Amino acid sequence: MSGTGKTRSKGANGWLLSAPALILLLLAASGPLVIVVIYSVLAKGDYSGVRWILSGDAWFRVLFEKDIFDGTVSLADANLSIFWRSVKLSLATTLITFVLGLPTAWFIGTRPKTTRALWLFLITIPFWTNLLIRTFAIMEVIRNQGLLNTLLIKIGLISAPIQILYTDTAVLIGMTYVYLPLMVLPLFAAIDRFDFKLIEAGYDLYASRWQILRGVILPIIKPGIVAGCILVFIPSLGAYVTPRVLGGGKNMMIGNFIELQFGQGQNWPLGAALSTMLLLIVLVSLVVYTRASTRGGPHG
Amino acid sequence: MKTDHAIDACNVSKIYGAGARAVTALGDVSIGIKQGEFFTLLGPSGCGKTTLLRCIAGFETPTSGTILLFGRDITHTPPNQRPVNTVFQSYALFPHLSVAQNVGFGLKMQGKPAAEVAQEVERVLALVKLEDFADRLPQQLSGGQQQRVALARALAPKPEVLLLDEPLSALDLKLRKEMQSELKRLQTETGITFIFVTHDQEEALTMSDRIGVMSAGALMQVGPPREIYDHPVNRFVADFIGETNFLVGQVDGQGLRIGSGDVIAVPLNGQTGEVTLAVRPEQINIGPAGTGVAAKIIDMTYLGTDTHYTVALGDASTLVARVQSNSGASLSVGDSVGITFDAKAVQVLAS
Ligand SMILES: Nc1ncnc2c1ncn2[C@@H]1O[C@H](COP(=O)(O)OP(=O)(O)OP(=O)(O)O)[C@@H](O)[C@H]1O
Ligand SMILES: [Mg+2]
Repeated sequence: MSGTGKTRSKGANGWLLSAPALILLLLAASGPLVIVVIYSVLAKGDYSGVRWILSGDAWFRVLFEKDIFDGTVSLADANLSIFWRSVKLSLATTLITFVLGLPTAWFIGTRPKTTRALWLFLITIPFWTNLLIRTFAIMEVIRNQGLLNTLLIKIGLISAPIQILYTDTAVLIGMTYVYLPLMVLPLFAAIDRFDFKLIEAGYDLYASRWQILRGVILPIIKPGIVAGCILVFIPSLGAYVTPRVLGGGKNMMIGNFIELQFGQGQNWPLGAALSTMLLLIVLVSLVVYTRASTRGGPHG
Repeated sequence: MKTDHAIDACNVSKIYGAGARAVTALGDVSIGIKQGEFFTLLGPSGCGKTTLLRCIAGFETPTSGTILLFGRDITHTPPNQRPVNTVFQSYALFPHLSVAQNVGFGLKMQGKPAAEVAQEVERVLALVKLEDFADRLPQQLSGGQQQRVALARALAPKPEVLLLDEPLSALDLKLRKEMQSELKRLQTETGITFIFVTHDQEEALTMSDRIGVMSAGALMQVGPPREIYDHPVNRFVADFIGETNFLVGQVDGQGLRIGSGDVIAVPLNGQTGEVTLAVRPEQINIGPAGTGVAAKIIDMTYLGTDTHYTVALGDASTLVARVQSNSGASLSVGDSVGITFDAKAVQVLAS
């Protein structure tokens, strides 16, 4: 009993000692967030900024729109479709980076220790360049007179350039390229810890290659898969540069739409409400996803 | 083909790598393993035991030669189509599956209905006395329990041959002894052919029906433990199995003239010139000075029931003798003694 008391007082002391750091962290992390949430329930300023009047206007406009002529209220199709596109594109990015990332991570994980570092280094090289420059590089590749179209025409697969730039496909290609390392690294970390003898054990016990992948490898590296998917999905959802450059003006994602409200739109409360909405989507998907991926207990 | 053989390895060789860096792990190994026997592959580290086992399991394809399972060529059959299971040295249990799911894995992959799998899992878990641990995860078990799960998992699909690659090497001595008799019991109860790999000669001698002694990718001798121990075919086997004294000498009339000049009576069968005599420590009798070969005790080690005496002969060559501690003789270091050998027990090896 006395032991428990002792550790508790020691624990309390510990808390007290780390209080300055905790307070700083709390303010730095949640301060801006709180401001965003507060702004979302204020009224719009005349040109920009906010007026300190409580107002549900911004939140109303996230979901609904009022016809300026007859005042009828309907769902804000335009906003919702931007949200929906963002979620769709982010899910697609996550899926594609997983499908590409798993073999890549497996390849690196099965290299001898000596060359492994080199492969990891190569994977992280894109991180060294500015995102904007990388995105423009992709633009060079996929534009109508770009590398890809020229090549396809040269080998006779197509006769006229296909329009990729300024489409969802372009955004998808860009985001896949940008976020692939974020998928590969956690997958590699999981594969690195994987005991390859287990594959032999499965193969010895009459499992086919497919059954080994599904019943042994995937469940064991699941923590890496979960981490990779979260690391790719969340920044994809809030992506700004890639859809801006590769999607052109009309293929907006949430990030661009939010930027619009703070810039040209001069509607800070709406921007803040949209940001809060984005945060809620992320939180809900995280909860749903982690629930789903930890369910079932010890089972393939 | 002889069908009383579970496994036949015919002229199997395995060369890893190519060119200057090629390693010959197995060189032309031929062996027949009988149905239902407990066969042990014994040899020092790197002699190719694991390689031979992996060729039988299907994880490696021999560079040349064939592997037969009950007369059927399985050299190129993948592991998941061979009715042969392996108990891995590191156990290789699936960490995300419960004990019961681990044990049922093979049956499930064979497409057995769930009810049958459950029933078999229960039966095999009872066999290894782990009924109460069915729902635990492998990391919640002790090393010895994990070992039993690995055994149960490999036994559950009722393989025709069970391969065990140093399964006991990770266990402490007491547990090891326990598992040795446990393995023996399981083998007798199931009647499955066991091929067991170890580099521990004592383990091999106590457990096996037959032993194959390997060295540098080749089989030196195959036979029952007693035969291998009593009649080793060469110096390597004699040295590897149990403790052995070697005496080199020249055949002289009916005996052997050893370095000290003494002539020892040995059962020669036609050997001439230089031969090697292998004498087990327990086959050396220490008597009073004047009998047999003159020697002097230079060291003694008390080992409980036995005492080891190191004796020096006239030419300063040394022998180790093992004498039962309660045999009455009170000997001490410095004593002059006479050494005699049990002529029937000593082995004359071709050098
Ligand atoms: N994958 C491989 N590539 C190259 N050489 C190998 C490979 N596997 C084994 N060898 C070599 O083949 C020889 C036999 O190895 P093996 O593993 O069969 O020995 P072992 O008798 O099982 O030894 P231990 O008792 O140490 O387990 C060794 O010289 C080893 O270095
Ligand atoms: Mg080995």
